[in-house]
Amino acid sequence: MIWLNAVVQGLLLGGLYAIFACGLSLMFGVMRLVNLAHGDIGVLAAYFSIILIEHLGGNPLWTFAAVVPVAALVGYFLQRFLFDRALDGGELSPLLVTFGLSIVIENLLQQTFGANDQSLNIGALSYQSWKIATDVYVGRLNVIIFVIAVIVIVGLQLFLSKTRTGLALRATADNRRAASLSGINPKRTRSIATAIALATVAIGGLFLAMRTSFAPTSGSSDLLFAFEAVIIGGLGNLWGTLIGGIALGIAQTVGSQINAADGILIGDLVFLAILAFRPQGLVGLKSEVAR
Amino acid sequence: MTHLRLDRVTAYYGHLQALQELSLEVDQGEILAVIGANGAGKSTLLSLISGEQAPREGRVFFDDIDITSLAPHQRVRKGIALVPEGRHLFGTLSVEDNLRSGASTRRRGTWDLDAVYELFPFIAARRKHRAAVLSGGEQQAVAIGRALMSNPSLLLLDEVSLGLAPVIIRDLYAALQRITAEGTTLLVVEQNITEALAAANYAICLLEGRVVLEGKPDTLSQRAISQAYFGHDLGPSSKAAS
Ligand SMILES: Nc1ncnc2c1ncn2[C@@H]1O[C@H](COP(=O)(O)OP(=O)(O)OP(=O)(O)O)[C@@H](O)[C@H]1O
Ligand SMILES: [Mg+2]
Repeated sequence: MIWLNAVVQGLLLGGLYAIFACGLSLMFGVMRLVNLAHGDIGVLAAYFSIILIEHLGGNPLWTFAAVVPVAALVGYFLQRFLFDRALDGGELSPLLVTFGLSIVIENLLQQTFGANDQSLNIGALSYQSWKIATDVYVGRLNVIIFVIAVIVIVGLQLFLSKTRTGLALRATADNRRAASLSGINPKRTRSIATAIALATVAIGGLFLAMRTSFAPTSGSSDLLFAFEAVIIGGLGNLWGTLIGGIALGIAQTVGSQINAADGILIGDLVFLAILAFRPQGLVGLKSEVAR
Repeated sequence: MTHLRLDRVTAYYGHLQALQELSLEVDQGEILAVIGANGAGKSTLLSLISGEQAPREGRVFFDDIDITSLAPHQRVRKGIALVPEGRHLFGTLSVEDNLRSGASTRRRGTWDLDAVYELFPFIAARRKHRAAVLSGGEQQAVAIGRALMSNPSLLLLDEVSLGLAPVIIRDLYAALQRITAEGTTLLVVEQNITEALAAANYAICLLEGRVVLEGKPDTLSQRAISQAYFGHDLGPSSKAAS
């Protein structure tokens, strides 16, 4: 039963990783930009939520309604005024710019909030659980996070496959030159991708902050897990990202079950093994018929 | 009215001058063939019209409006569409999504999915397939169809027949005739000059970035064309342009 428990907990954790990962994957797909500040932006969103609760009170759950739209807006303009310029500056400058942004955010948070751990207190929801088998309990919050993760991924998938803007994003990801020759506005498309990425990572950041404690520097490990989830699942494929997140989550919790200190290491090893033996990821579609 | 006008444009790649003070006028409904050898500057010329590249000097006018500083997607909105050399389809997208993405400007006109499938019936059966798995001829049809979906008034085609079998080339050129019947102006760039000259009502030949021969196709002699094409001692029948 302890193994079943580890797998179930890992599955639920994987949902959170998938939320973190989908935006990273989308931005990479649309503009070949690896946003090294991705995790830090999630943490920034969590601090934003803390400020809102300090001043306005209530259960942190309501802050989703404020933080997520703000994150989307910030993403839109961050792309327009920072990332777009970095992309014009050659191969290296996007990495340097997003790395710089990551450092700026971490230092800013240290300055303002100190290095101490914080968390978002959502009351009873944080410890209530359901029993699903003998000795297997699932935290309600974790189940909610997982369900939201699936909704986010399915929603994003539907958006990409059913809407005009989604088509523009897919076309741009496939061939930038042909996209602009087809009348697709590249700046607008990139800004929308980054808006979505920041909105989703804000959701992830808030959930993470409700689940565990966090500190100004937590963003780096979030980035790493998101990155691993993307690679494990297979680039440019949202289902892959969900599967990748779940695989990473399970590897970590089962790993911790083997040896409490080794969870993250086992996750890293799974990531490396995928990279070495199946670089296209677990869900590397190659069918004749398009998705 | 002059539909498209290039006024003494130049283009460079580093120190290499690809176009030398080139001027050009295309009227509405015309089919202009641009021929020339490898590296003559044909694709560069198209990139100045499609907006992928800005001329270093000179201006580009479309319906007498200066469009020199417009980006490619803005020019598509104005009615200029390019079928690029090598097709550049969205390989991971379905045929239908490829076509749909051409309609992102929502310009109105006669072309929609049904009209494109009617023009190229053989791609209708492949609509759900990823564009990457199609044959060369099918891909070229999708590329033309995608450009048509923006309902262009000026359609630019770069090396449509490259790498295709003669029967397929004939089909594609037959389709081009139907496209011009809708009033669309065509600018056809080709190395395969036979097809292009047969379809066109005016032709120019580029050599090292300048127009070395121009005229109605039936007034151009084989000899003049091959001399202009290869650049050996220009004969008396050719006139160097502006
Ligand atoms: N991206 C580039 N970088 C450097 N030089 C280039 C580039 N593109 C074209 N050139 C050069 O500019 C000149 C004109 O090239 P262009 O592609 O316009 O010729 P073309 O007539 O289209 O040739 P082709 O028939 O081979 O397509 C050539 O000398 C070519 O080598
Ligand atoms: Mg060319």
